[in-house]
Amino acid sequence: MPAMTYRDALRQALDDAMTEDKTIVVIGEEVGRYGGAYGVTKDLIKVHGPERLIDTPISEPAIIGTAVGAAMTGLRPVAELMYIDFLGMTMDQLANQAAKIRYMFGGQIGVPMVLRTQGGTGRSAGAQHSQSLEAWIMHTPGLRLAMPATVADAYHLLRQSLTKPDPVVFIEHKALYTRKEEVDLSDDPLPWGKAAVRRQGDDLVIVTYSRQVIYALEAAEALAKKGIEATVIDLRTLNPLDFETIRTHVERVGKAMVVSEGVMTSGVAAELCARISEECFDFLEQPVIRVAGEDIPISVSQELEAGSVPSARIIAEVAERLMA
Amino acid sequence: MTLTANSHLAELYRTMRRIRTFEERVGELFVRGQSAGSMLHLSIGEESSAAGVCAEMKPQDSFTTHHRGHGIFLARGADPKRMMAEIGGKESGYCHGKGGSMHIADMALGHLGANAIVGGGIPAVVGAGLSSKYLKQDSVSVAFFGDGAMQQGILYESMNMAALWGLPVLFVCINNQYGMGTRIDQATRNTAFDQRARAFGLNGVVVNGLDVEEVRDAARWLIDEARAGKPGFLSVEVYRFFGHARMDKSPYRAEAEETEGRKKDPVLFARAKLIESGLESEAALDALDREIAAEMDATIDFTVESQAPALSSMFRDVYAVGEPEPESVRARIDRVLAREIV
Ligand SMILES: Cc1ncc(C[n+]2csc(CCOP(=O)(O)OP(=O)(O)O)c2C)c(N)n1
Ligand SMILES: [Mg+2]
Repeated sequence: MPAMTYRDALRQALDDAMTEDKTIVVIGEEVGRYGGAYGVTKDLIKVHGPERLIDTPISEPAIIGTAVGAAMTGLRPVAELMYIDFLGMTMDQLANQAAKIRYMFGGQIGVPMVLRTQGGTGRSAGAQHSQSLEAWIMHTPGLRLAMPATVADAYHLLRQSLTKPDPVVFIEHKALYTRKEEVDLSDDPLPWGKAAVRRQGDDLVIVTYSRQVIYALEAAEALAKKGIEATVIDLRTLNPLDFETIRTHVERVGKAMVVSEGVMTSGVAAELCARISEECFDFLEQPVIRVAGEDIPISVSQELEAGSVPSARIIAEVAERLMA
Repeated sequence: MTLTANSHLAELYRTMRRIRTFEERVGELFVRGQSAGSMLHLSIGEESSAAGVCAEMKPQDSFTTHHRGHGIFLARGADPKRMMAEIGGKESGYCHGKGGSMHIADMALGHLGANAIVGGGIPAVVGAGLSSKYLKQDSVSVAFFGDGAMQQGILYESMNMAALWGLPVLFVCINNQYGMGTRIDQATRNTAFDQRARAFGLNGVVVNGLDVEEVRDAARWLIDEARAGKPGFLSVEVYRFFGHARMDKSPYRAEAEETEGRKKDPVLFARAKLIESGLESEAALDALDREIAAEMDATIDFTVESQAPALSSMFRDVYAVGEPEPESVRARIDRVLAREIV
């Protein structure tokens, strides 16, 4: 099987989708000539032309708002927000416009757009370029939310996002772009909205998504050496949320831990933890533990940056104590 | 300093040379494995904007900058050691390693903060102008930003309010022709940016950044006007000599264009002007350059020798000292696992 990077899988997904569906246009800063700040759209302009890879000025509210209008009138735009942190500039267009149009207008029209962006730590990029803001999205009814952890999912989830009737926020992780895996993209993907069980074990369930899946799997390997077998669930999409898969495994195993890079308070992990506690209460042998980002901004100092978010080591350490 | 004449131009030259040498040293941080920031934006070629405008600011004046702001802060009198240490993410830096290159600030020098959000620092000067007017501080607040921010709506909301309320504010666009790989004419139909400011009722001036004295003269008038209640806008036309950030090799522009652009060098221009006018000798300027080189070399050693911030410092300054601090995730987990739930 050929090895491919997460970045290349994303590019392939855009390329293939644009070939199949001529209504797809990509709109954003540096997406055309430059090929994307992280190279995801590199050279696509040569294949699909500048009419479909549309470079914009630095005007985030208008970029997302333009995508909303285009999606209402026949196009399927992929709007790129270079960093998820820039949601701050454009949240109105996303949360008040894109997310609510179908509902406010009584179901007359939807907004079939994809907002592609990237988040997370790992590049010492500081407080305004390193956040994990998926909770903002998950907290906004009307938006779908996909966060791929693997190379295959980078491809398939993006392809699937580009067939959805409603706005999808698609969050990549900046530390995963260069990650390489052997993949066969012609394999049947898991359906949209279905979580993947990346590892099966009987002692503990780790529920997570995006880069923390990689860390959780590393932690699970370390735990296995100590005789602890973990199940690792990769949620893939946070909206829709596949709670059935979580329930099945938590009820089977009785101990659960939720891992998220986003800040702990009112974060995605908080929601998952609440749901597991409510719905699986009778099966739990321990409180559900959240391992999440500290409730602080991200520092540029590498030490503070790394110390403020979960790592494989911390996941393993907490898991071990949960089993003790 | 060993300069013979105490001319204004010599001072401006010294400021610009310090900026350039400082930024040339920034690359060495990487070589020595010291730089925390993956994102470093050099203002080489743009030094006249920082030197010319800051020369006209008074001690009580304040400012914000964009992500390419090392030079502005240096021109304002920053300690290059503490700046370099901040870029390296060290405890001894201006922001104790939390901010880095793109988030440096120093209230003592009126630096209300650099910003990694394009346009993000602009409206704060309207607020500073409001404080100045209300509290009678006699201060002007200056926003420095790039041509890229000329397409952010927040700039126009800010200009409009500053003009409406007659605030002592100056908006300075450092027009280096590019926002990342996008040339200004690929970002807008009308690149006569001063017209936009005048449309909102501000003074609007465009100046060639090759000659730092022209920049300073324009800034003097605009700052005087602003202090008297008429806000202004200045666009300084320069050329971004290098890539957008460290890793960018500028494949989107022709080498011939870069060669031509780099001829527009405000540091060399000022140097030649000093020598030609007989104000300074070449030997005196060489000596000054060496002095500056030594000063900036020392910033690297200082940074290498400085400590990384202690891990526990991550919880400091989320809120004010004395206010409740966030509980660490680890502490929470410890309590939950120990069943000491309070
Ligand atoms: C709101 C926002 N959008 C996009 C970016 C990414 N970005 C950082 S710098 C930059 C170009 C800015 O160009 P300009 O304002 O001309 O400043 P210069 O880099 O040329 O100094 C872009 C697009 C950002 N940091 N913030
Ligand atoms: Mg620029």
